[in-house]
Amino acid sequence: MLTAESLALIDREVAKYPADQARSAVMSALRIALEERRQTGTVPEERCLTTEVIEFVANYLGIPPVAAYEVATFYNMYDMKPVGKYKITVCTNLPCALRGGVDTANYISRKLGIGLGETTPDGKFTLLEGECMGACGDAPVLLLNNHSMCSFMTPEAIDKKLAELE
Amino acid sequence: MLEIEIDGKKLTVPQGSTVIEAAHSIGTYIPHFCYHKKLSIAANCRMCLVEVEKAPKPLPACATPVTDGMKVHTNSDMARNAQKGVMEFLLINHPLDCPICDQGGECQLQDLAVGYGNSASRYQEEKRVVVGKDMGPLISAAEMTRCIHCTRCVRFTEEIGGFQEIGMANRGEFSEILPFLGKTVNSEISGNVIDLCPVGALTSKPFRYSARPWELSRRKSVSPHDGLGSNLIVQVRTGQVMRVLPLENEAINECWLSDRDRFSYEGLNSEERLRVPMIKHGGVWHETDWQTALEYVVKGLNGVSADHGKDAIGVLASPYSTLEELYLVQKLARAFGVNNIDHRLRRSDFRGDEAQQGVQWLGSTILELVSAKSVLLVGSTQRKEQPLLAARLRQAVKKGTELNVLHYAADELLTRVNAGIVLPPQAWVAALGGVLKAVLGLKEGSTTTLDVSAIDVSEDAARIAASLVNAESAAIVLGNVAQHHPDFSQLLMLAQEIGRLTGARFGLTTEAGNSVGAELAGALPKRGPLGTTVTAGLNAREMLASPRKAYVLLNTEVEFDSYDSQQAVAAMKAAETVIALSAYKGQGLLDYADVLLPIAPFTETAGTFVSMEGRVQSFNGVVRPLGEARPAWKVLRVLGNMLGLSGFAYDSVEEIRGECLKAGTDVSANLSNTLSSMPVDFSVAATAGLIRAGEVPMYHADAICRRSPPLQLTAEAAAPRAYVHGSVLQQLGLEEGAAVVAVQGDSQVTLPVAVDNRLAAGVVRLACAHPTTVALGGLFDRIELKRGA
Repeated sequence: MLTAESLALIDREVAKYPADQARSAVMSALRIALEERRQTGTVPEERCLTTEVIEFVANYLGIPPVAAYEVATFYNMYDMKPVGKYKITVCTNLPCALRGGVDTANYISRKLGIGLGETTPDGKFTLLEGECMGACGDAPVLLLNNHSMCSFMTPEAIDKKLAELE
Repeated sequence: MLEIEIDGKKLTVPQGSTVIEAAHSIGTYIPHFCYHKKLSIAANCRMCLVEVEKAPKPLPACATPVTDGMKVHTNSDMARNAQKGVMEFLLINHPLDCPICDQGGECQLQDLAVGYGNSASRYQEEKRVVVGKDMGPLISAAEMTRCIHCTRCVRFTEEIGGFQEIGMANRGEFSEILPFLGKTVNSEISGNVIDLCPVGALTSKPFRYSARPWELSRRKSVSPHDGLGSNLIVQVRTGQVMRVLPLENEAINECWLSDRDRFSYEGLNSEERLRVPMIKHGGVWHETDWQTALEYVVKGLNGVSADHGKDAIGVLASPYSTLEELYLVQKLARAFGVNNIDHRLRRSDFRGDEAQQGVQWLGSTILELVSAKSVLLVGSTQRKEQPLLAARLRQAVKKGTELNVLHYAADELLTRVNAGIVLPPQAWVAALGGVLKAVLGLKEGSTTTLDVSAIDVSEDAARIAASLVNAESAAIVLGNVAQHHPDFSQLLMLAQEIGRLTGARFGLTTEAGNSVGAELAGALPKRGPLGTTVTAGLNAREMLASPRKAYVLLNTEVEFDSYDSQQAVAAMKAAETVIALSAYKGQGLLDYADVLLPIAPFTETAGTFVSMEGRVQSFNGVVRPLGEARPAWKVLRVLGNMLGLSGFAYDSVEEIRGECLKAGTDVSANLSNTLSSMPVDFSVAATAGLIRAGEVPMYHADAICRRSPPLQLTAEAAAPRAYVHGSVLQQLGLEEGAAVVAVQGDSQVTLPVAVDNRLAAGVVRLACAHPTTVALGGLFDRIELKRGA
């Protein structure tokens, strides 16, 4: 279900913990699995974690599937719902909001023609509202695909960023 | 020891105790939901908040360790306010619909809301709704909105069940308890989460909405379904068993019950219950009255004995019967002159009968067994045979017990196995011989009369030997599979030798609730009650191999309960008369029996079961017998009188018990697994073909659970498949799921084949005791698999 490269990455995470505590690597393993799906998936349904993937990861680690499912559903950065090629998570917490975070979200929303929590019909963008990312000094901020933090997201910066992603 | 003061009461508790344990030990109740003495501490319900002096805020009693000089107030303003606040929060999302909730009347939340909550709710906003879940045929999770997230069920499956089948998904307000998507809860002890659930979220599917707890009377009883002798609370209403709950007994079942013990009761009022005596005339069954039926039986027995002699009669009894019934049936038979009596229908090896010194039992108490530092399980599907013992061994392993296994499959025991030998059944004697040889090597100067020189010691055998030798206490346990094994006496002899050299206790986890009692009662061909000498008769196997002219069956369906069902059914069909005392009119009995006498199952008669640890547990009937059914001891008493035999003038079951156990004598004096010296043949029979590993499916083990609809809906009760190792499948050129014809002797059955790579090669795991496999032969005999049509 996962590629050899992903499995090698998971093995590397597992090796960080005592031999009988592979369970400790469940967060990393799920992250690696999700990342692989994000990169290889062609439609939104293929870019998120499914119960099959979670079960595979759990069995690979030798833990009960439901234990991995608990973790996957607890943290919101594990995508459990179909997600576009670019997942944009805009911070709307207070410091960002004071510096136009909500406007940023609304701007992207208008520009992409989708509301918060929605995906564009072509499956390219998903817009989400996020909680504080710990970079209030750079507000307004957004997070692209869980990994890349974009700072000072003024409308111009957004236009530029979206153009890069086209 | 630490000193603590709770509500002004001073006491001392051991180091490491929590405040709630200390309080409960002096009878001070602290309200709680998530805390459970047998589970890990979660401290997530916050109901047990108490005031601790010098602590700035209320502390959860379940998670606060006692410190020396601690002063706790469970009923101060601070504590009461805290508890009241927690209760208000708990009720925010809990539906206030107790009148239509199945838990109403026995709900912890309801009780504590009355005791610690407000009389009215201040919460006006919308409550959350959680969709119901499917947890299988036993547990209803249809109203998960009621859940208060104590996580007792989650912790139970993980810690006691050994595999986390239930989890809490999502976060915060969206948290919900669920099994993994698309899966149900399949643990053999899953029903306990119903008891654990403090609200009406998890309820018993079969019992739901059938009665209110205050309508039920609680009667004590003992489970017949496995050798453990679990203590039961049977709840009855208007003469009907409504449900079964555990009666706490720390020495046996703790506060748990296996699903078989808990849900079998659904089979008690089955359509198949025999309600009136029946006689077959010209192939047609007629209902009749007791007098006619008993006269028919007397005529039949006298007729066969006049025509063919007493030796032409065989008596087959079930170890699920009570001590008194088994005592009377053997007394009746022997007084009538019939010596062919046995209850060990699934055994195939009786060579140990002469060498046997006493009644075979566990060899220790259950508590002694689970506190042993090293345990060797020989031929045991532990989780299916004695689900609660398997759970206790799992706890023991967590505390450092080394579990070793000799079996034909590396079954998932959901615990750590120190060393396991997986070999086909015919290689077990040599394998255990290997352990013996390794023990001899480890114990300098020890000798044995058995010739082990030709045996190779495998690495695993050496590890098992080292484990047994090095442990400060060890035990060797022969499971049901070993007891049905064609070399049972040899395995027992080897267990005895290894036990002698290592100091390990050895014994059997007996099959039924009264297997030990059956031996004590003398339902054996060569030993009378309490081991008295008797004229030897034929054992179960011989009685069926060389058919008798008449059979008396006590509480048994031979097609399901025998080692070789093919042979058993043939013997029944060839007999002139088959007299069956049975609680059920199963299809088999209807086919081969000539008269059916309705007897009461354990819930409808007083009696005694002797558990595998030799514990004598008497119980009373909890309801009146159904229809015309009568307790078997009364039937046998009348039969004794009608046959003109003396000594059948009993007025009560206590009289029979007193006579059987020689009132006042210590039963344990009769328990002994010791065999006088027997030769052991270590050669492994070379077999070209496949060997059947016929095991008893958990929910087909006895007549009652076979007829329990909810148990029959479980995954465990699915129709048997022929399980083989992948390599065997390849050799046969078959693919998984294909129809395969299994041939034993002159019969065959067609069923799907499945792969189980934990099996030893050369073995076909194929369940017995199921209608689809009745046509097959011996449990550990050769079997042939062919491509099906």
